[in-house]
Amino acid sequence: MKFGVITFPGSNCDQDLLYCIRENLGMEAVSLWHKDTDLQGCDFIFLPGGFSYGDYLRSGAIARFSPIMNEVVRHAERGGYVMGICNGFQILTEAGLLPGALIRNVSTRFMCTNVHIIPQTQSTRLTANLESRAYKVPIAHAEGNFYCAQDDLKALNDNEQIIFRYCDENGNITPESNPNGSLENIAGVTNKNKNVFGMMPHPERAADNLLGNLDGKFILENLLA
Amino acid sequence: MQFKAVVHIMPRPEILDPQGKATLNGLKNLGFQNVESVRVGRRVELAIEADSKEEAEAKVQEASRKLLANSVTEVFRFEVLS
Repeated sequence: MKFGVITFPGSNCDQDLLYCIRENLGMEAVSLWHKDTDLQGCDFIFLPGGFSYGDYLRSGAIARFSPIMNEVVRHAERGGYVMGICNGFQILTEAGLLPGALIRNVSTRFMCTNVHIIPQTQSTRLTANLESRAYKVPIAHAEGNFYCAQDDLKALNDNEQIIFRYCDENGNITPESNPNGSLENIAGVTNKNKNVFGMMPHPERAADNLLGNLDGKFILENLLA
Repeated sequence: MQFKAVVHIMPRPEILDPQGKATLNGLKNLGFQNVESVRVGRRVELAIEADSKEEAEAKVQEASRKLLANSVTEVFRFEVLS
């Protein structure tokens, strides 16, 4: 499997992701530029974290109109895999590839901390082989508060499209373990066809032995199965 | 002709507005005890070239729907001034 990581103006986790895929997962990864119109034959496209276009207007709102996004949408419509982390998740919701939106954290603060998340479904490639336990993964965002209309929330639950919820270290999904006010503690979702993923926590920042936490690697290596 | 348009974008009423809530707390701390609620939105001004006011309105509508507002979380209204 060949991975591609898109760099938008203001992306800041693109190099982390490239390092993680190459060094921690041992896979081929290429860097893609937001003005490219070709995905270089990649099977799996990552949209990294950061502050694309300075988060102007709304997080991800301008990046979705980058030239490469036409190709990303086509890739997803053909059933190709796409995953957005943090700002990448925000871009995918703005582009309509994922449901809902990410609004300002209830605290109004930028949150940079380790949180725990628990997989919610085995029906996706990303989560199929994960244990039902709390995974420790860092977050770093001010707009990570997942919101959608009630009908959409019901559809997300019915179709098993919620991939992770925030929980405490024992795996209990509680209001106290919700770092940003997300509806039903939602930390990540997938689309109906389950080939597009978005999550606010950063698994690529918890994938290297030197960092003392491999829970992010355990999540991402499912993509290789 | 050039028209001036003003788009007003607000968080949907059912959405908790963290910015508004923080601003309300700030006002209360300043002594504005009578303020009961604050909601913070966005105002966007456009200068737009169109043959008629109707055409300008249609363009502003489309621009607001496609980019300026996110219909999942926001509502918008606008005025076109000639």
